[in-house]
Amino acid sequence: MTALGLFNYWAVIVLMMVGFYTLIARGNLVKKLIGLNIFQTAVIMMYVSFGKVTGGTAPILVEGEAAEGVLYSNPIPHVLMLTAIVVGVATLALGLSLVVRIKEAYGTIEEDEMRDGGL
Amino acid sequence: MRENLPALLVVVPLLLAPVAALVGRKAAWAVAAAACWWSLYASIALLQRVRAEGTISYEMGGWAPPYGIEYRIDLANIFVAIIVALIGAVTIPYARKSIAKEISDDRGALFYAAFILCLTGLLGIAVTGDVFNVFVFLEISSLSAYSMIALGEDRRALTAAFHYLIMGSVGASFIVIGIGLMYVMTGTLNMADLAVRLPEVADNRTIPVAFTFLTVGITLKLALFPLHLWLPNAYTYAPSAVTAFIASTATKVAVYLLLRFFFTVFGETFSFEVMELDRVLMPLSIVAILAMSLVAIYQANVKRLLAFSSVAQIGYMVLGISFGSVLGVTAGIIHLFNHALMKGALFMAMGCVMYSVGSVRIEKMAGLGKVMPWTMAAFVGGGLSLIGVPATVGFVSKWYLVQAALERGLWPVAGVVLIGSLMAAIYIWKVVEVAYFQSPDPDYEIREAPLSMLIPTWILVAASFYFGIDASLTASVATQAAETLIGGLP
Repeated sequence: MTALGLFNYWAVIVLMMVGFYTLIARGNLVKKLIGLNIFQTAVIMMYVSFGKVTGGTAPILVEGEAAEGVLYSNPIPHVLMLTAIVVGVATLALGLSLVVRIKEAYGTIEEDEMRDGGL
Repeated sequence: MRENLPALLVVVPLLLAPVAALVGRKAAWAVAAAACWWSLYASIALLQRVRAEGTISYEMGGWAPPYGIEYRIDLANIFVAIIVALIGAVTIPYARKSIAKEISDDRGALFYAAFILCLTGLLGIAVTGDVFNVFVFLEISSLSAYSMIALGEDRRALTAAFHYLIMGSVGASFIVIGIGLMYVMTGTLNMADLAVRLPEVADNRTIPVAFTFLTVGITLKLALFPLHLWLPNAYTYAPSAVTAFIASTATKVAVYLLLRFFFTVFGETFSFEVMELDRVLMPLSIVAILAMSLVAIYQANVKRLLAFSSVAQIGYMVLGISFGSVLGVTAGIIHLFNHALMKGALFMAMGCVMYSVGSVRIEKMAGLGKVMPWTMAAFVGGGLSLIGVPATVGFVSKWYLVQAALERGLWPVAGVVLIGSLMAAIYIWKVVEVAYFQSPDPDYEIREAPLSMLIPTWILVAASFYFGIDASLTASVATQAAETLIGGLP
């Protein structure tokens, strides 16, 4: 395994850090949510990479004689991530609807301006 | 039905939630009450079965573990489920008037749907034996909690909910990363199976990384200092009934998760000897007790004061766990139950003040001891428990905690527990002084809160005295639960 062979995991680490940094450093609430979503997507990529079996094919049952010795990738991480994607969508939807209401209540979605507006 | 009780405990509230969302506000309240009282009945029935027959293993959908999802119920988690169901069952009659006052009518039904979902999620975390299932239920309870907090009257409730959402989601993602790393090393998601397989691969560096991610994620969820930043605002600006419910259940369930992962999944040898967890948790919990009690003293908003006191009290629970001994974990579990009772009572008393006065700032509470005698008496009752006066539950927790500290020879830590109590006495006294020794503002009239809010408050206050005088039930269940956790799986 060379460093390049672990490309997926490098991508996961980079994405995770990009998302996490955006989440912490940005004052704009929508940008914060985008950061959170990139972070969650990195987790999804990590799981899907776990499921890959070297030389394995898509986990769809092969029938008949061709079934001998077929190597499948592990489908469970994919299934788990379907759940995680749903959770991520729900979180994003709730977060964005909160942002809409914050905009209505404060007139801004910038954290600094909200604080100046008499928190 | 008896056989399927572990599943029904969670499934019945889950199915009732959409029903509540579809009907009117009053009917939604009835549905929520049915869900809460059902879960209380089911969890008590399960406790009796666990005490009679031992650990229950339920195969979801008939798929055998470790491949299927297993609900595994032993004394430790049924105890937590009972705390959640009990607080839910007591909060719901209280919520009817309080919510009608604080939340507009058209949102009422949706609020109760979110309330039931939150209850479902918390119960689910408690009874499941599958680590990925834990994440799913955690998100169900958290998402509904965020939306309930956002319903608070003050516009700051929105920002509080938003920050909780951001921090809570990061915590949950950390937990998923930890679960994924465990899965990739062992190929299983079942807790009992993980406990068997993890020691075989414990030398691999992935396992400590998984452990770290899980620890950070869960401590974020349970608001251990310094990851507590979401908690004070969320508790302060949420509707009163929501604060009472979430403050006494959500963090408690997260503490249970910590126990489950440290002791059952990783085992105490790995957690405390290889990872030396006590070196992290003990200083943090001591700082939480001292610093957060100090911050609580300077708060002018009583709900905020109680929120900071909650962070300090979580410090006590984690301190108990960090001893890693049966006595320490027992102290942690007892305090879990006791703190749910007293903080529930205190936040409910503040909800009554909010209902009648419209504010919970200390200066608005002048002379309330005379105009709202029952509410303030309940506050004093809960406050005595928080301080740890003998004959209250707070005393029982602290007694076990001090014993556990002395057993390990850590008498300065025992001292910290006592200083924490002293500081609790100061911040409770601040409220009592204003409420009883200042004269009420004659300009406006304040009435005692309605009976439907006072009775649930007093049930919790009475319980906190009852279990303080006769602690044999809680102590025996907590000791057995601690022994199950530390002794591994039976």
